[in-house]
Amino acid sequence: MTETKEIRYQGHLHELQKQLMGDYYAQLTAIATGKSDTKNAHLLIAGNPVELIRAFDMLPVFPEVNVLQLAVRKQSLPLIQKAEELGYAVDNCAYVKADVGLYLSGYQAPYGTIPKADLLLCNYVGCNVYLNWFEHLAELTGAPAVNIDIPFVRSADGEPSPGDVDFVVKQLEELIVQLENITGKSLDYKKLQRTVEYSALVGEMWAEIKDLTKRRPAPYDAYFDSVTMMAVLYCLRGTEEAVSFFEVARRELAEKAARGEGPLPEERFRVVIEGPPPWPFLRVFRDMFSRWGAVAVASTYSTVGGIWEFGFRHDPQRPLESIALHMLQYNLCNRTFLQRYDQMARYVDEWSADAVVIHSVKSCRLFSAGQGDMREYFVREREVPTLLIESDLEDPRYFSQAQLRNRIDAFFEALSQRRLTAASDAAVAAEAAR
Amino acid sequence: MRYSVGVDVGSTQTKAVLLDEDRRIVARSLVDTGAYLVRAAERAYEKALAEAGVGRGDVGYVVGTGYGRFKVAFGDDQVTEISCHAKGAWALYPNTRTVIDIGGQDTKAIKVSDRGEVLDFAMNDKCAAGSGRFLTNSAEALGMDVSAIGEKSLEAHNPVRLSTVCTIFVETDILSYLASGKKVEDILAGVHGAIGSRTVALVRRVGAESEVTFTGGVARNVGMIRSIEEKLGIRVNVSADSHYTGALGAAIFAIERMLAGAEVMA
Repeated sequence: MTETKEIRYQGHLHELQKQLMGDYYAQLTAIATGKSDTKNAHLLIAGNPVELIRAFDMLPVFPEVNVLQLAVRKQSLPLIQKAEELGYAVDNCAYVKADVGLYLSGYQAPYGTIPKADLLLCNYVGCNVYLNWFEHLAELTGAPAVNIDIPFVRSADGEPSPGDVDFVVKQLEELIVQLENITGKSLDYKKLQRTVEYSALVGEMWAEIKDLTKRRPAPYDAYFDSVTMMAVLYCLRGTEEAVSFFEVARRELAEKAARGEGPLPEERFRVVIEGPPPWPFLRVFRDMFSRWGAVAVASTYSTVGGIWEFGFRHDPQRPLESIALHMLQYNLCNRTFLQRYDQMARYVDEWSADAVVIHSVKSCRLFSAGQGDMREYFVREREVPTLLIESDLEDPRYFSQAQLRNRIDAFFEALSQRRLTAASDAAVAAEAAR
Repeated sequence: MRYSVGVDVGSTQTKAVLLDEDRRIVARSLVDTGAYLVRAAERAYEKALAEAGVGRGDVGYVVGTGYGRFKVAFGDDQVTEISCHAKGAWALYPNTRTVIDIGGQDTKAIKVSDRGEVLDFAMNDKCAAGSGRFLTNSAEALGMDVSAIGEKSLEAHNPVRLSTVCTIFVETDILSYLASGKKVEDILAGVHGAIGSRTVALVRRVGAESEVTFTGGVARNVGMIRSIEEKLGIRVNVSADSHYTGALGAAIFAIERMLAGAEVMA
């Protein structure tokens, strides 16, 4: 057992991220307080077309990023309850409720003030609850709302049809007209190409960073530490700042890998984690794994905003088509569950994982339904030890510390015991051979 | 003689088992857990020592298990009750491949190797639906003692079908059946059938490989044994020590660690 009290999970990269995100929220606060006339669009993480927003010098606002930070600071529950007083059900998506609660509280957060949207851009990727979320926001705030209709991937080979791509590109062209109306300026195509190029560079570096956790030990935790980089990946993608940040991240993490350093004193188990983290108990939850020397070498959560590790890059020569492909095909939530199985199986094989951990989200059935079958698939068909646990990403009421710890301890106890038995069997066999 | 002890601090009751070096059970004890876990663990430990006529100095290693395992202040180590029930059931019935443990708040299905190692497990989620508490609440709603309801359920001829496994809503269900004139035994058969179905669904998740051993406090209930056997279509092992299986497993871990110089699994 590793003593977790002394572990410092955050280092220089986290400080750098905090600084960048601080600047970003300062810009949002300036808009909210009338000190800046920059326009903004509220949009969703999954397959976000942030390049178009940046090409118009607008700022993206991600309600999911706003509310998860409140959860980390243990401030989500009063906001959730505020929304419930309005009539939202207990089992309604807690992200939605926290964001509605935040709006009802004047959009005042400890990290900044959120401006009301100039455009509610529902990049409808994989979640129909989110469609209602933005409809509610439109009704509450009076902001114009646009929904981009992204067809689910539904072919056996996981490829969207040419018609799907055209369908999305056409909608992006319509979106451009709306962004022109909001900002009062025409699209600068060269600028769009440049933002797409920045995204391509970031995608390339992010993919290289993800590749680093194939090493033993993994130089960082691909679940808990990935979230530090994901904030920049979404909020600042399509900018030079994001490119610079990822240059530093790639260099620092590659150096750590070269020095053989990991996030824990000892890496004993390599796991693949599926599902978002329980933000209100992030440290407590991470410690439950660290205690056993368990490090995530890959995670599906780090691909909700985009999957770059298997080769996809934005293409400045075909900016709209590549944005469309990102939204359709290269993000976790718009794919089929069987594709998610394949993605995780690749992680297990190529990142040499010992086990899979599924963290199921109580207030998001859309993302979580099917995880029981997923567990069975990995246990029975792939013979990978798999743990299914449940709490919530935003609502602290679903988190039962004793129960989660019990399951996690039992899981790693069993893995330790089997490893020990295998080692002693091998020793006996070696002795016999001699 | 050096002894080892397992203390299982459960949500409802705390159990202790004392083993000698040959892994024979020398003493067992049972106390209500209550609100003070440290004290419950202490009392169960003292009671087992007294029964065996053994002093603390003769005990070489103590392992705590159950929800209150970190409250076993005098313990040398802690192991989850999942590992302990697997180990204990395997010790009682070495051909055990599947363990069903129904406790006060938890229902578990555990797949076990031929050496008593946990291969896989499935549990109810945060909600206590279908656990021991469901039986206690049902008994209360019928004004009966929980120890009598299993036997009574076997008298049923027309079992009712409960609409819920919810520990809270079961009372409403029972009241409405009583109001419509259903017999107590038929309602109780419905209660046991509901938990049986839910338990067997958990077992199917890990695979119902024979032999199946039923452990935990609820294994003392003949109605539950019958319900699970009917639904699984096979006989299940139930030991007179079923209630102590977790504590027994903990005591075996204790002896292994004592012998291995406390290096095992640490």
